[in-house]
Amino acid sequence: MGEEVKVFGFWASPYSHRVELALSLKGVPYEYIEEDILKNKSDLLLKYNLIHKKVPVFLHKGKPIVESIVILEYIEETWKANPILPQNLHDKAIDRFWIKFIDDKCLPAIRKATFSPENERETAVEEACECLRTLESALNGKRFFGGDAIGMVDIAANFLTIWLRTIQEATGLEVLSVEKFPDLFKWTDDFISCSVVKESLPPTDKLLSFVKASLSQ
Amino acid sequence: MGEEVKLHGMWASPFSRRVELALKLKAIPYQYIEEDLSNKTPSLLRYNPVHKKVPVLVHNDKPVAESMVIIEYMDETWENNPFLPRDPYERAMARFYAKFIDDKLLPTLAKLGQTAGKEKEETIEEIHEQLKVLEDELKGKQFFGGQRIGYLDIVAMILVWLHLTGSITGQKVLSTEKFPLIHEWIERVMKMEVVNECLIPEEKRQDWIQLSQRAPKSASN
Repeated sequence: MGEEVKVFGFWASPYSHRVELALSLKGVPYEYIEEDILKNKSDLLLKYNLIHKKVPVFLHKGKPIVESIVILEYIEETWKANPILPQNLHDKAIDRFWIKFIDDKCLPAIRKATFSPENERETAVEEACECLRTLESALNGKRFFGGDAIGMVDIAANFLTIWLRTIQEATGLEVLSVEKFPDLFKWTDDFISCSVVKESLPPTDKLLSFVKASLSQ
Repeated sequence: MGEEVKLHGMWASPFSRRVELALKLKAIPYQYIEEDLSNKTPSLLRYNPVHKKVPVLVHNDKPVAESMVIIEYMDETWENNPFLPRDPYERAMARFYAKFIDDKLLPTLAKLGQTAGKEKEETIEEIHEQLKVLEDELKGKQFFGGQRIGYLDIVAMILVWLHLTGSITGQKVLSTEKFPLIHEWIERVMKMEVVNECLIPEEKRQDWIQLSQRAPKSASN
């Protein structure tokens, strides 16, 4: 039948998006199954992701993989076109370091700033900005973290683009602005304007409604 | 120029010990620099400016930080005694379970020391569920890596530490009845000299328990 790749995802999930973007960048055809994760997870999802019961779930020839970065590493190793990690082993290690930094530090800090009570907000925002400052240094004059083309670090940082913009618009939170982080902000513009990325992103107005609705609960 | 490998580590850090085990498994000669976390060397601060933590591997003056990033780097650089399987799907499974240990089990274990009463019971319940996942992963295998010790075994050494410290504290979350396969695995790996070299020496275990209860923040995973 062919390589049969399936992705169980959720349209608003940045983690789900990471996987779809990587497949699109490499020109790998796949079937996408939308999961209603809020109300009614499908039996298939629960079957394939017994441990975490979350999206994205990636299926290749019937074998499931979960955790977006684990999936990205698999995609990179399986489809060699348009590599998203560098060849040089030390550079690859540096990229993996930054991916971990994004997931373990940046995103939790932003989440904390988004949900912190009024009296803790200033500190939380400062911590989130500290993370972004550090991440911005990794750009080091390059257009993308991956150099001239999008790489795995760029994909991992996807949340900082339309998702963070949407949260900032919905809440008034100011973390990533062009004044504070001109290089990182420019990166978000460059990322979003890539044709492959543009096609893969959820519509911003729909995302804004979704985020506003989620935050009001 | 030869291969110059240095490891900035700390005796009580399981993450640091992981990298030491990995180095020994591949028989890579290295210089070890013991870091005093209250007085870090300028080298450590230069090599890991983002986190200022151990372990950091320095290979021909190029630093790599984060234990799992280091281990992947080592596996790609020195191809003898591979840690990760060849098959991409098997690799994904090893990475998934390693992440499970680091992102789920370890934080829950850390929480255990901070809880009491009902919350403690619930935490133990959570740990049991997580340990069950690992117990199931051992079915039909000698090691997490299959026939030989591999990537996931290195990460799972935390189970050996849990077993050893459990004997000292009396807090036995890792019971033999509930987790027979994990216990067999522990016995199997503890027969290996390299594993023993990377465990906390017996005379320091009490100190380690006290240290870990104060949750040292200077060792990163």
